[in-house]
Amino acid sequence: MTSPASRKKAVELPIDARAFDLLSLTMALVLGLHSPHLPWWLSIALALTLGWRWWQRRQQAGRVPRWLKLPLLALLTLAVIVHYGNIFGREPGSALAVGLLILKLLETETVRDARVGISFACFALMAALLFDQGLIATVVVALGLLPALATLRALEPGQTPTSLPRALLPSVALSAAALPLALLAFLLVPRLSSPLWGAPTPEQARTGLSDSMSPGNFTDLLTDDHPAMRVSFDGAPPPADLRYFRAYVMWNFDGRSWRYLDARYAKPREPAPLEASSSIQYRISLQPTHQRVLPTLDVPLQAPAQTSLQPDREVLADKPVNDQFSYSARSALHYRLQPTLDERSRRLGLRLPANFNPRTRTLAAQWRQRYGSDDAAIVQAALNLFHDGGFRYTLAPAPLGRDSVDDFLFDTHEGFCEHYSSAFTVLMRAAGIPARVVTGYQGGYWNKLGEYLLVRYSDAHAWSEVWLAGRGWVRVDPTGAVRPERVSLGAAAAAGDQLAWYRNDWLQGLRNHWDIVNRWWDQGVIGFDALRQRGLLTPFGIRDTDTAMLGILLTISSVLFIAIGLAWALLRRRTRDPLRDALRELERKLARMGVARRPAEGPQHYLSRAARALPGQRDELARLMSSYLELRYAHDEPSPESSRGFQRAVRDFRVANVVK
Amino acid sequence: MRSPLQRIQRWAEQRLPALTRYRRPESLPIELHRRRIYIVPSGFGISFSVLLLVMLVGALNYANNGALLLTCLLGAASAASMLVTFRNLDGLHLSHIRAGHAVAGQAIELTLAFDSGRLRNAIRLDLGSSSVAFAIDARTTAQVKLLLPTVQRGWQPLPRLRLWSSWPLGLFRAWSWLHPDQSVLVWPRPEVAGPSPRAPADDASRMRLHRGDELAALREYRAGDPQRHIAWKASARHDHLLVKDFEQPQSRLQWQLDWRQLGALDNEARIARLARWLNEAQAQRCSYSLWLPGNEIASSSGPLHYARCMNALAQLP
Repeated sequence: MTSPASRKKAVELPIDARAFDLLSLTMALVLGLHSPHLPWWLSIALALTLGWRWWQRRQQAGRVPRWLKLPLLALLTLAVIVHYGNIFGREPGSALAVGLLILKLLETETVRDARVGISFACFALMAALLFDQGLIATVVVALGLLPALATLRALEPGQTPTSLPRALLPSVALSAAALPLALLAFLLVPRLSSPLWGAPTPEQARTGLSDSMSPGNFTDLLTDDHPAMRVSFDGAPPPADLRYFRAYVMWNFDGRSWRYLDARYAKPREPAPLEASSSIQYRISLQPTHQRVLPTLDVPLQAPAQTSLQPDREVLADKPVNDQFSYSARSALHYRLQPTLDERSRRLGLRLPANFNPRTRTLAAQWRQRYGSDDAAIVQAALNLFHDGGFRYTLAPAPLGRDSVDDFLFDTHEGFCEHYSSAFTVLMRAAGIPARVVTGYQGGYWNKLGEYLLVRYSDAHAWSEVWLAGRGWVRVDPTGAVRPERVSLGAAAAAGDQLAWYRNDWLQGLRNHWDIVNRWWDQGVIGFDALRQRGLLTPFGIRDTDTAMLGILLTISSVLFIAIGLAWALLRRRTRDPLRDALRELERKLARMGVARRPAEGPQHYLSRAARALPGQRDELARLMSSYLELRYAHDEPSPESSRGFQRAVRDFRVANVVK
Repeated sequence: MRSPLQRIQRWAEQRLPALTRYRRPESLPIELHRRRIYIVPSGFGISFSVLLLVMLVGALNYANNGALLLTCLLGAASAASMLVTFRNLDGLHLSHIRAGHAVAGQAIELTLAFDSGRLRNAIRLDLGSSSVAFAIDARTTAQVKLLLPTVQRGWQPLPRLRLWSSWPLGLFRAWSWLHPDQSVLVWPRPEVAGPSPRAPADDASRMRLHRGDELAALREYRAGDPQRHIAWKASARHDHLLVKDFEQPQSRLQWQLDWRQLGALDNEARIARLARWLNEAQAQRCSYSLWLPGNEIASSSGPLHYARCMNALAQLP
């Protein structure tokens, strides 16, 4: 046999224009999916290369010459190295992969090349999900499989020609047929409880809140309206002005920025004492932050599992949150936090860097003189200053100089939560009131349908806490003095018309409603981890589904699906012969009247015998016989109408009662 | 006492009829069914499954459920494509094979008629080193033409044909062997050069005057008579078909090709020479008769007559 030779030849045949078009479409989709994280110039260069190659092959089939290909390859590698510093890791790796994929198109001429290209494209499609595995991204990537599968189909020689959109349809059908098995495998493939090699690199991910705060570094965060976390409450949600989620409590001010970590945290201390009068139970599902801090509603009573409560009652997880993380907590809404302040904390809460912000200090000293020992009056004086002193809330404030608080309070008069909380805290400290900055989230969108609070990164907020004798740490939100709607309505309302067009009201409303789908996706699909998988069979009474059990289930159900598939594949539809069926019916009728067909009797003989035996229906039988013979023997294939006519005639044939 | 090999073969034949039984020639029509369709992953299928494995491990390692879902979808689609590949061949029906004419050494054209109840794409038929790909629409017959190389004159049995398909994705390869119990007749190869037949032009008694297209008589139909010469109206009144016997045109020569006149040559050389003379006679449009041992073909002309003579030559022992 020479079959290996002919098979070899088959994969080296050049591919036709349709297959090449589909291949180019697949590659363009891959490029499009990766372009958000590729440098813009690389995306454009690769897109141009792809377009040129597509045009060039339409003109004339043939590989791009080697002298052009090799320099391009070198150029790509060089560009990736120059831009990223190396070629390993998720970012440079995927940039290199997409580049190589497009270059592969340059030399794609045969069936084998195209198959290699498609395999590689499938891999690159999957790599796109490492950057964003949201619902939309996953659906778009799955749609990217359609041209890939259609390309593989188009590589097969000898098929009936179809239009390009129709060429995609069978891939849709194949994927749809594969979906049940895919979902089952997705549910049952045992998850790894710890990665086999390196954890995902955090540098690209959204970091959310940072553990330091300096005026201006919230700007990116406040314009990012991706979900940060979703909160569902046991019972009614707290009123809008109490939706403060504390993350970092910052004591340390160096004149420019506030920092979370300082020497105080070298050795763990007990959490500050808390006297709570009312509390609320809730559950937070947090998007990955790659940080340890877990925002909690106001002041938590206890640390959730796998976390620890820090001295200022902020919550840190044991490990950085690299995947979506859910935790339950109970928090106090009305409370007294740390009613007695120890000397060390008081010193820390009053510390200010020397030789900064002299005008602020002077103002604070004046207030102290005016109000004596009434701390609350000083707080009110500061809030009045913000409210009446011509301050403006804006996301694009003027830059501040070395004495940032002086500049802000006396010159620029514009800023957002960071500026206000920082200035307020410095003022309080200068006036001798212990104060600190707290960052976290405030507000959120209450999704009525899903009964949960959606908190976006743009809801990030900074406020202050001052220590007042007898009341402990009291939250003061100076931003609220300038723009009360920031607190009562949320970040979007506060920003007013400063936001981009895509965040205007009705669109925002649509996005808020759509978020319930995202939540379902995040919880049901993205968050389906090893832990959830172990609890998969709890409704069926199996508390812990281990790997062996999953393997058995996966095997059994795959076999089941394959059996269903095989049944479909082996099902042979009997080719219907309406004429013969009709004759059978006539035979049954005649047999009931006592004229059964003999095994070796032809239709003509039988029907004439029947006509002789049943003189009452002789004419009808003769008519039936002649039409049967006509239909059966005068044509190759009787027309369906005439067959149906014969069937009708047989049905109308009446069985006469015969007296035997 | 049988040898172990025979016993194994006998056992295999009972247990796995597809492996052995269908290697033997079988009569047409042949319908493919599950017992005679084999399917294995192709080379591309194997490398694709390695890729799927890499994707799976990657998705699991990074705990990326979106990627895992995609990998599962791709894997399930690949598995489903196996069934489609099988179904592409299952139920395919080879109804008949027609052979063209060819002299020994040339390739003979075979026309295979495949029926199908549903649309099938990218079915490939291999015969030796030649391969042809075709599609069949639902409820139609596809006429697939294939060239079979020939070596010598005479009846040549058809070799085994391989019908295969890797539709739709090329990941699996399903095939089935067809071994139709049918032979094709290969005509003898004419000699390249040689003497002309002794022209019987002087044989005046064989010459007839040309009387235009008037028919001379009606005679009984003989196999090979052109259909348009049949006298349908006259035939209807008789038990047999009648043929209008036209007078031969005057200008045409009549050749008598006779095996016995080539006594000096051996069998194959005689056949080759007669074949060449037949070609020449056919080219000059003259009528000719052929005498062969055990077979005498009366004088006539036309492609059917030519084919009849060549067939007779091809079948000589």
